[in-house]
Amino acid sequence: MSAFNAIGEEREIDRDEFTPGVEPQPTWCPGCGDFGVLKSLKQALPEVGKTPEEVLTVTGIGCSGKLSSYLDTYGFHTIHGRSLPVARAAKLANPELEVIAAGGDGDGYGIGGNHWIHTARENHDMTYIVFNNEIFGLTKGQTSPTSPKGHKSKTQPSGSAKTPLRPLSMSLNAGASYVARTAAVNPNQAKEIIKEAIEHDGFAHVDFLTQCPTWNKDARQYVPYIDVQESDDYDFDITDRREAAEMMHETEDVLNEGTVLTGRYYVDEDRPSYQEEKSAVGELPDEPLVERYFDDDAEWERSYDLLDRHK
Amino acid sequence: MSDDELIWRIAGGSGDGIDSTSQNFAKALMRSGLDIFTHRHYPSRIRGGHTYVEIRAADHEVQSRGDGYNFLLSLGDSFARNPQEDAYYGNEEIKPLSENLDELREGGIIVYDEGLISEEDVDAIDLEERAEENNWHVFPMDLRGLAREHGREVMRNTAGVGVTAALLDMDLEHIEDLMSDAMGGDILESNLEILHEAYETTREEYEFEHDLRAPEGTHETEQALLSGSNAIAYGAIDGGCRFIAGYPMTPWTDVFTILSQNFPDMGGVSEQVEDEIAAAALAVGASHAGVKAMSGSSGGGFALMSEPLGLAEMTETPLVLVESMRAGPSTGMPTKPEQSDLEFVLYTSQGDSSRVVFAPGTIEEAYEQTRLAFDIAWEYQIPTIIIYDQKLSGENTNVDVEFFDREPEPGLGSTLTEEELKEAAHDASGKFERFGYDDNERNVSKRSLPGQKGGRYLATGNEHSPVGHIEEDSDNRVFQMTRRLEKLDSIREELDEDHPSNQTYFGDETADYGVITWGSSQGAVVEAVSRLNEAGHSVKGISVSDMMPFPETEMTEFLESVDEAMVVEMNGTGQFRGLIQKELGRFGEKLTSLLKYNGNPFEPAEVVEGYEVNVAEEDREPTAQVRIEPAAGD
Ligand SMILES: Cc1ncc(C[n+]2csc(CCOP(=O)(O)OP(=O)(O)O)c2C)c(N)n1
Ligand code: SF4
Ligand SMILES: [Mg+2]
Repeated sequence: MSAFNAIGEEREIDRDEFTPGVEPQPTWCPGCGDFGVLKSLKQALPEVGKTPEEVLTVTGIGCSGKLSSYLDTYGFHTIHGRSLPVARAAKLANPELEVIAAGGDGDGYGIGGNHWIHTARENHDMTYIVFNNEIFGLTKGQTSPTSPKGHKSKTQPSGSAKTPLRPLSMSLNAGASYVARTAAVNPNQAKEIIKEAIEHDGFAHVDFLTQCPTWNKDARQYVPYIDVQESDDYDFDITDRREAAEMMHETEDVLNEGTVLTGRYYVDEDRPSYQEEKSAVGELPDEPLVERYFDDDAEWERSYDLLDRHK
Repeated sequence: MSDDELIWRIAGGSGDGIDSTSQNFAKALMRSGLDIFTHRHYPSRIRGGHTYVEIRAADHEVQSRGDGYNFLLSLGDSFARNPQEDAYYGNEEIKPLSENLDELREGGIIVYDEGLISEEDVDAIDLEERAEENNWHVFPMDLRGLAREHGREVMRNTAGVGVTAALLDMDLEHIEDLMSDAMGGDILESNLEILHEAYETTREEYEFEHDLRAPEGTHETEQALLSGSNAIAYGAIDGGCRFIAGYPMTPWTDVFTILSQNFPDMGGVSEQVEDEIAAAALAVGASHAGVKAMSGSSGGGFALMSEPLGLAEMTETPLVLVESMRAGPSTGMPTKPEQSDLEFVLYTSQGDSSRVVFAPGTIEEAYEQTRLAFDIAWEYQIPTIIIYDQKLSGENTNVDVEFFDREPEPGLGSTLTEEELKEAAHDASGKFERFGYDDNERNVSKRSLPGQKGGRYLATGNEHSPVGHIEEDSDNRVFQMTRRLEKLDSIREELDEDHPSNQTYFGDETADYGVITWGSSQGAVVEAVSRLNEAGHSVKGISVSDMMPFPETEMTEFLESVDEAMVVEMNGTGQFRGLIQKELGRFGEKLTSLLKYNGNPFEPAEVVEGYEVNVAEEDREPTAQVRIEPAAGD
């Protein structure tokens, strides 16, 4: 018998269940793209049959990090840049949890970049949503790793001399087995992509374009957007690394020229998740590790039985 | 300095297999009924650089290194000549002989490998002359030749052990048994042959004029030889820990390795990750999800853990971290012990710190306090840190096997089950009041785990309301902050009332002079105090393990009972002495410091000398590389 009965519960799920009943109301600015992420999650989760209490939403720090306050699941609002290591350990401890990590572009691609690379490399089974507004929102508009070259801010008054980071390409190269980009202004596509990401067995990275009308006024509102799967101008195989890589590269290039390309870029259904790999080498127990702590019949090994080597 | 003990030093290149040879020899001595204490000295390189291991063996309890030693087995450094870089290395082969002579006691024994160390080199260091002066007994033996003849050159360590056994008049039985446990086939055959050949040759070739023999002793109960790192790892296992995340760094790597090797067979999980920020964050994540989890590092890596540590404090996520100190600052001296991270470990991370810190002083304490760390962390939902150092990490002593014969404690402390959650307080929308205002017995608010029905809440590093929402209301702030801080008072109360003291008392209870120490310096100080009392002085001692919450009552009683006290610690600024003064707000005028930070742990004689200089006010500076800091106002 499980000690975690919210997991795998079969019942009708209302999307309102994911809205906090009492408090808090989102405090994002009017017109902020972050609302789009929240909305797509509220739609996607019931559609993939997840109840609030079997989901753990782990966020970083930033306007984006507030997601865990407004999405009524189990939540962990961690520290700046560290959502991924917290999230992936929770998943290892209890692989039956639905773990969603989320944060900003500064949070994930800047200060937490090392974790992102390694979590993708290891292909942990989780969803990672990056609210990419190409700016530091919460700290009032400084240049971020994805800000376009030439972008002026209080900390780069003459315009950024740095080329922006390529989130999709990097994720692919690091090892993510699902990579997509969507935009807050495209709610239908966003919902579908989030659903796919959740259902994907492995590290699913969604670069979510979220406009920040407050600090990134000059930037595009990400309209009009083009869905690369629907447009006739683009034709590539999302299961082919090389074609995916090329398409990603182009997508990242043209964003700075004002063309917003979105869609699925790479899917590898064959790559085993880290959980599977670790089980295969015998380093992850078959039963969720947490369950054992509630099992009164569990036999706990003790150091007394290890002493022969010391005698 | 007593000669009813053997202090055997095996010295060679760091690549010469000294660790395993000494480990087996120590076990053989233990099996023969002796008490053991080992000390490992090594440079932070895999090859190149000289290393030694010292085994102190006696028929009575030994808790520290001795002063000096009385038997040197010098293998010479077989890796000294790198064929590619001849010029760079020069001749270092003799260093494991020449560099170890200063601490060899009068009348001591020297065995060296004349197959490796040349005669000219030996002449050049005036060994003969020095041996005469010090009454040393020197036995050059062709260990390399012997090993080659009966097996392979790498087996020359075995030859050295054979010579040792002959000179000390030891029975070979235990040595042979241990070899048979460790190897088989041809390799075992050759080694046994070499062992016997060396033993016989020594007896045939030399007339023994030395007095030193292996002491004789008996053990009432079965013994196991363990290091501090073993003890910490085993305390974690028995405390129910089944998740560890880490990144290698000497000397913490030992604990990480031991658990990584054992966990797969115990249904546990070990993760080597990208950096120490991740390591600590993983431990927080695993603990949040319901597993007893730990991480750890040494100074530099622990610095990276500061922010996740604070996150655990703020979110009240149970967590055990270990910090294995080494000489700092920065990369410092990676393989040398020091007790200079105390203040750092107590206070690092933003905001007022609320954590528990234990500094075990012996192998047994390392085990006990690690177990206790898990109990407290999970009961009080607070990070608990074991602070130790390269010294305790690597030294081995024998412990009663029965000591470990106890039940594990895998309980999750103040964690609710789904059944209990039904009765717990929820807000109007059904969110669990994880940080509620009521029912906080001993300042603990019980927690739920993700996936449990009816336990939904938000954990956040921001200040938060009962259900975990970000909240800056001043009344809520004061309530939550006060409760978190006062957990330490509750823990202090529990430690004082329900547990035997973690502090160790020794010496003459009626003395009005005190010696205070903490953590791994305990053994040397205990021995020094006992020598002082034997020499007619009257001295009492206390070795403190509870760094936070501070043992206020015990420490006050101790300091009120003495006129003066000397605080002995391995650092340059008297960090523990500072802590005493901060915590107690007085006694500054009673406290002097004896400090050492040259990379080597205290030897008992240095503490004795510190006392003499300090108290008998002998008008001289200490001879050793130690420093005396006078009392405030002095
Ligand atoms: C270690 C640390 N450094 C800096 C900060 C301050 N800080 C908070 S959020 C943030 C950047 C936010 O940008 P982003 O991650 O893109 O999130 P957004 O607000 O745009 O959603 C910074 C620098 C912090 N909280 N912690
Ligand atoms: S500052 Fe920008 S990112 Fe933050 S809430 Fe406002 S619009 Fe959104
Ligand atoms: Mg941003």
